[in-house]
Amino acid sequence: MNKLFLTVSAAAVALSAQAGAAFAQSRDTIQIAGSSTVLPFASIVAEEFGNAFPEFRTPVVGSGGSSGGLRQFCQGVGDNTIDIANASRRIRVAEVEACNAAGVEDIREVQIGYDGIVFATSADRGDFALEPVHVFKAIAAKVAVDGKLTDNPYRRWNEIDAALPDQPIALAIPASNHGTREVFEERVIAAGAREAGLPELSKEELEAVTRNFRQDVVVEIAGDYTETLARLQANPDTVGVFGLSFYDQNRDTLKVATVSGVTPSLDTIASGQYPVSRPLYFYVKGEHIGAVPGIEEYVEFFLSDQMTGLGGALETAGLIPAPAEETAEVLAAFKDGKALTAADVK
Amino acid sequence: MNAQERLSLIRAGLSARHAREKRFRLYGVAAIAAALGFVAILFGMILVRGLPAFTQATLSLDVAFDPAILKVEDKPQRREGQSPAEFRKALLDWERKVTMLNFNRIVEQAVRAAAPGTTADARQALSIVETNARFQLRDMVVADPGLIGRTVRVDMLASANADNWLKGNIDRSLPDAQQQLSAPARALADQLHADGRIRFAFAWHIFTNVDSRSAPAAAGLAGAFVGSLYMMLVVIVLAVPIGVMSAVYLEEFAPKNRFTDLIEVNINNLAAVPSIVFGLLGAAVFINWFRLPLSAPLVGGLVLTLMTLPTVIIATRSALRAVPPSLRQAALGLGASRTQTVFHHVLPVTYPGILTATIIGVAQALGETAPLLLIGMNAFVAQVPATPLDQSTALPVQIYLWQGNENRNFFEARTSAAIIVLLALMLTLNAIAIFLRTRLEKRA
Repeated sequence: MNKLFLTVSAAAVALSAQAGAAFAQSRDTIQIAGSSTVLPFASIVAEEFGNAFPEFRTPVVGSGGSSGGLRQFCQGVGDNTIDIANASRRIRVAEVEACNAAGVEDIREVQIGYDGIVFATSADRGDFALEPVHVFKAIAAKVAVDGKLTDNPYRRWNEIDAALPDQPIALAIPASNHGTREVFEERVIAAGAREAGLPELSKEELEAVTRNFRQDVVVEIAGDYTETLARLQANPDTVGVFGLSFYDQNRDTLKVATVSGVTPSLDTIASGQYPVSRPLYFYVKGEHIGAVPGIEEYVEFFLSDQMTGLGGALETAGLIPAPAEETAEVLAAFKDGKALTAADVK
Repeated sequence: MNAQERLSLIRAGLSARHAREKRFRLYGVAAIAAALGFVAILFGMILVRGLPAFTQATLSLDVAFDPAILKVEDKPQRREGQSPAEFRKALLDWERKVTMLNFNRIVEQAVRAAAPGTTADARQALSIVETNARFQLRDMVVADPGLIGRTVRVDMLASANADNWLKGNIDRSLPDAQQQLSAPARALADQLHADGRIRFAFAWHIFTNVDSRSAPAAAGLAGAFVGSLYMMLVVIVLAVPIGVMSAVYLEEFAPKNRFTDLIEVNINNLAAVPSIVFGLLGAAVFINWFRLPLSAPLVGGLVLTLMTLPTVIIATRSALRAVPPSLRQAALGLGASRTQTVFHHVLPVTYPGILTATIIGVAQALGETAPLLLIGMNAFVAQVPATPLDQSTALPVQIYLWQGNENRNFFEARTSAAIIVLLALMLTLNAIAIFLRTRLEKRA
């Protein structure tokens, strides 16, 4: 027994000594977290970065949604906070303020390209040619009937518009922890509400109309797109909201809907024809540059032609590249050390 | 009532009692059959889905390391008077130059050489080879620059989409718009498969590679396995001594009063606390307060230790209680001190019990996922952690990550394959527990 006890305590001492020694050094791996839309792209860049730069360790990429990532990002400066937050929406004023309050003053914004938001159904269902107003009428708790605000009466898509398939209304949309939700509300719901023939409403009333969704037909997905896909498989009548890249990888089971008559694709989104697209970002903690090795190289590598450029690795994975001049500007701003302030995002 | 009557009464009831007994046994058998049936369905489904992932489409191509494409100076040799740091820098610079060479072109030429007459363009030809092929070739050149100018047979992984196509994971009759690979690329894959250039080989890389997103076909479990291993080491090193010591003190030395009763109740409560709560605690205490790094197996191990401690304490205490008091009385009667009694006579008898509890606790910790998600262990990590403080994932978390991968057709099988590996590990651990227990029990 004594011998066993001694061995165990010796091992414990050795382990804690090693832990102490390693902890004394600062972290040498870039730590990233945030949007699940950006995650696949950031992971690919991280992996290629590790392969191309043998002197740096491969960055670690976590998820948690845009809001979750930015919350971690704004926890402060130091080894146990992340260096880069991925976001599928722009940082909010409140988040910049929270960051500044925690000592993160040097926030650098990097825009990496565009992503399309697509509506898709099971491949064996009818074709959808959606307009934002269709989605609004399907989803809002109160809609205008004969110029008066009433509870949503629509049960089937073809009641909204005869051209839509005759199937029950069911939608799976991203929950509010996703940056995608903001774009969905802004580009689809708000746009749809403008054309829905609503009566004259005050600002608050309009806000309530565009924020209150019918809970009986709408499922909010807090997880990733795989969960949305599982919803579609459980109930094939569901119309799901996906990122273009996810649809691209699962086109054998999904059928994509046109929005305002445009089929989403790399070309139609890059040209701006397809209405529901958004820029993707990541935010770099300037205070960590130099403290954690490789951050500058990572950003440069991310914005290089072989990654985000036309025909680069990320385009193959479904990211819509930004024009080369735009990327050059973003990189120049990053290199100049231009820090984002609350006034910039207002 | 005379004896005759009593006997006839018993006889009359006998058949009903027998029937009742038979019925009860039948219920028991049915219950076991149902339980076994569910287990069989579960294992069957996982095996049917996961086993195909252990073989993967592999291309075997004659790769010509064309010096016209691979234009790079000679590998630097260490000169006299050059410091080790300078030499390392020169070597890194050279490696960087080799990395920037156009290995994709070499891969494309190798594909074309194997299938002359293909109509696929450069992008389509490359789409059937996994993207890590260029790093594989780069590593070959870095290791032996003499390869440039020669032609070598190299085994490379086919891309995840090509693997899906050849395995029939995607319905082959679907129209072009619903296929992942373009028509020329599909024809190319079929042609190479028919020629024997693509065969299905055992996927050793599932065990030797780390996770990968840019080359999904090359994704493996090595990083997650090592991460889990570190966590188990931390759990064993911390939970066993602390747990056994607490149990011994509480059972053998501590006075029985309200305070120790309270402790006992709380330990039992702790065993019933959902694991996610330990994750929240770990994030608050170890990461925010002790400032330990995110995603580190050390933190994961500490959280799992908290979770395993009650199991070890409770099991050790019940093992100690099962030791006959005569053993203690005999030792004390012969003049042993209480410490001597416990360590020389009582504790050795409980080894089998403690060991089983430890292994079952560790197996439970090995499969735990929820608390790890809260301490950042669900990150994408493409490296094997060198120390317990490096970022890492764990096996169950890797299953969760693969389950959420957007390339469903490929990762559905991969997820089940990872489950098979995890289950095999658990079964091994439990088998070791049973083996050690029977051996120790025989000796005692």
